[in-house]
Amino acid sequence: MKMKLLKMTLALALLVGTFNTQAALAEETIKVGILHSLSGTMAISETTLKDTMLMLIEEQNKKGGLLGKKLVPVVVDPASNWPLFAEKARELIQKEKVAATFGCWTSVSRKSVLPVFEELNSLLFYPVQYEGEESSLNVFYTGAAPNQQAIPAVDYLMNEIGAKRWVLAGTDYVYPRTTNKILEAYLKSKGVAAEDIMINYTPFGHSDWQSIVADIKKFGSAGKKTAVVSTINGDANVPFYKELGNQGIKADAIPVVAFSVGEEELSGIDTKPLVGHLAAWNYFMSVNNPANAAFIKTWKAFIKNDKRVTNDPMEAHYIGFNMWVKAVEKAGTTDPKAVQDAIIGVAVPNLSGGYSAMMPNHHITKPVLIGEIQANGQFETVWQTSGLVAGDAWSDYLEGSKDLISDWRKPLSCGAYNVVTHKCSGTK
Amino acid sequence: MKKTERRTCRLLPPLVLLLLVLFPGNCHAALDDGFAEGIALLASKSFAQKTEGAEKIAGSGDKRTDKVLRAFLDGQLYFTKEGQVLVYGVPGSDGLQVTDALIETPLGIMSADQLNKITINNQLRGQLKTLLARLSLRSADPAVRLAGVREMFADITPETAKVFDDLRQTEKDDRVREALLTALALAGVRSADLAERKKGLVTLAESLDPEVRNELTRLIGEEKDKTLLQEAKRSLGKIEAKLSWYAKLETVFFGLSLGSVLVLAAIGLAITFGVIGVINMAHGELIMIGAYTTYVMQLLLPDALGVALALSVPVAFVVAALVGIAIERSVIRFLYGRPLETLLATFGLSLILQQAVRSIFSPLNRSVATPAWMSGSIAINPVLSLTINRVTIFVFAMLVFAGLFLLLKKSSLGLQVRAVSQNRAMARAMGVRASRVDALTFGLGSGIAGIAGVALSQLTNVGPNLGQSYIVDSFMVVVFGGVGNLWGTLVGGLVLGVANKFLEPWSGAVLAKIVILVFIILFIQKRPQGLFPQRGRAAE
Repeated sequence: MKMKLLKMTLALALLVGTFNTQAALAEETIKVGILHSLSGTMAISETTLKDTMLMLIEEQNKKGGLLGKKLVPVVVDPASNWPLFAEKARELIQKEKVAATFGCWTSVSRKSVLPVFEELNSLLFYPVQYEGEESSLNVFYTGAAPNQQAIPAVDYLMNEIGAKRWVLAGTDYVYPRTTNKILEAYLKSKGVAAEDIMINYTPFGHSDWQSIVADIKKFGSAGKKTAVVSTINGDANVPFYKELGNQGIKADAIPVVAFSVGEEELSGIDTKPLVGHLAAWNYFMSVNNPANAAFIKTWKAFIKNDKRVTNDPMEAHYIGFNMWVKAVEKAGTTDPKAVQDAIIGVAVPNLSGGYSAMMPNHHITKPVLIGEIQANGQFETVWQTSGLVAGDAWSDYLEGSKDLISDWRKPLSCGAYNVVTHKCSGTK
Repeated sequence: MKKTERRTCRLLPPLVLLLLVLFPGNCHAALDDGFAEGIALLASKSFAQKTEGAEKIAGSGDKRTDKVLRAFLDGQLYFTKEGQVLVYGVPGSDGLQVTDALIETPLGIMSADQLNKITINNQLRGQLKTLLARLSLRSADPAVRLAGVREMFADITPETAKVFDDLRQTEKDDRVREALLTALALAGVRSADLAERKKGLVTLAESLDPEVRNELTRLIGEEKDKTLLQEAKRSLGKIEAKLSWYAKLETVFFGLSLGSVLVLAAIGLAITFGVIGVINMAHGELIMIGAYTTYVMQLLLPDALGVALALSVPVAFVVAALVGIAIERSVIRFLYGRPLETLLATFGLSLILQQAVRSIFSPLNRSVATPAWMSGSIAINPVLSLTINRVTIFVFAMLVFAGLFLLLKKSSLGLQVRAVSQNRAMARAMGVRASRVDALTFGLGSGIAGIAGVALSQLTNVGPNLGQSYIVDSFMVVVFGGVGNLWGTLVGGLVLGVANKFLEPWSGAVLAKIVILVFIILFIQKRPQGLFPQRGRAAE
């Protein structure tokens, strides 16, 4: 009996002991949440970003971690299921107590987690190009806003290629619809007539493009230079490009500029028929500078595959992660409030050969590059903005948003401030 | 030329001049200046200078011009990093097959790092095409001449019109002569002289070329002469009528092609669902397995993509059939007669298969190449062309259907399958091993799904989600056509395809899908047995 009691106390003591050491361990680490789908439809794009984050954290730990503590990644799988994104975000913040979260791809997943991050006051770094019209105290948008991708691309087509007729083709959801609304307003403001704009939406994963491509061909045979602006998302691109190739639409006759097609998507297509079609991004793997070369080398070594490519959202995570690291070092703590103040104005090197800075509206400055698809699945930069472009949360071309600005510095501290009525309509 | 010599000539123009001195036999000394200057300009980073270079080369009259410009257009023109020699680089399996462009001697195989590609953009590509078109007007090949004339339709100047007129006198090929006449008539319509315009209009009368239609539209906007205006309007009206007729024909083709894809995807299901009554939610994943088999076959035979694709058909059939039989033996046979459990179990299986593919092949889409004989299109006339891959897949779908139909009607396996599906107990009493027939039937349906995957790999993504996008459509076709009836699947698939394509321009792709679904729901309310109901005892 006594022995038993002794054993039990011993076991209990041991248990308490392990708890104590665990608690001590926890104090010496900083947890970083990674919220990317590893299964379901979006796994195709998001798995790579999870790996990118793991690599960045590993690299940072090699440099001695952050504030003398080790960074620990916490990976969860929201499985391309939008409500699950919110649940997993809550789990990361409340249960795992992560200092910051890097994640989401689609706008709908971001919209789904937004209230959670605002309610629990935690930080989210969002790495994908998006439609704008949003600015939250808790979200940092390291991907491109429309004025950092769509508008410069249209300018390029208009001024350099001389496009007069426009096809705006997109997948039927919030990003293409908002972007096309902005582009339509922008084109009309530049004097393009309504009959010279054709807008077309298709369902997710659309695979039969015969009649739409035939329509584009007819639309483009009216004697004016025609260009296609594509916000077609994900898997639907491959059959679209295949059909373009088969119906003989060559890039020099009707160029297609895409906002959602990067190196990763091209690695799943035979690109020979697509040579010369365009994409607008803030980064291409082919950009030639030492920082990018080093990044590609680290990536290939980390993923243990010499054929893997890098892409724009990966660069966005690279920038976002380094900004967060710098802001935490500046603030001396991972407390979200302190980081929110510290990060504004922080500038870190990007991979296209310059520096990106966090603006007061939680968007960043980036160069805009236009690239032509090459036969080897890479892009060749054919044009780029002369300087950096600052991300604009609220489009200047949409009724209702053109008077809004976002500035999270004190004393304004407002995500949607109307400069005409002097009222803050956003949160806080 | 020796290596050391090359090193001393870092700058291009002296090098080219040197080459010209060294190899005078290869060129016409009097014409060389433009060619050499042009090539020197190609080394520039600026696209404007490269354009100027291309123009100089085109104007030089050198006999290497055509080859150099064509290689430039194809992105196969390089400067070597060492010595800055202009070379052609043709991609091979272990690097680039390099040939000196000026003296046309092979330099062996080099890797891409040893060469600087002369980059090209779309404007330059357009310019090069026009330059080449001009050069090709005197080519020996009528097809090249025809393409050249067509390329120049858009901008015909009085000078080119004169050249065309000369060419027309000596042209032997009918199609080229016709194109030349159209080009001359276009020039005529643009002329300031009323008689010329009249003459031009008469020739153009019913040509379907888009350029002609644009020209007529412009003429109608500007013409002052009333009779000519009326003539132009009548002409345009006729063209429009023809166009709309061809557009309808095109839509029917698109519809049949979409329909044939649906039939391919659904016909395997028509067997498993229709004949043995199993709701197989993993049917889409069997299609996916077929598509991945194609990918693996192409990996195994990287130099013979066409052969790999042809071989994929039997291989995918066997692989998918084996997976199907494994599914039947391990899961489904315990669940016969319990449709709900089968549905859930196969749905679970479909998720397992998807994730397995993600783990084995990565979640990224895989690239399956289309062999050359399946790319491009057959141009019937300037407004109607049929894409070859779609035509091939249509024919393929019909062959698969015919093969399956014969198998079920004529072979002893077919007889047993039909017997078991009509009356299980009686068939067993007659000595048919029902459970073996079940497995074989399921394997057959799965194998056909694998074949469908081979066809789909030519149209869409090969990725873990491939199956999901076709499973709903497949069920729709089978239910609409009538369960257990192959003819129903064929007619159902084609009808749905054509209907979808006729709805699409009118309602948009999103709404077209919804309308079709609503239609099927209503149709099933009215005729629960589908288009071709099964008759007899089996129906009960």
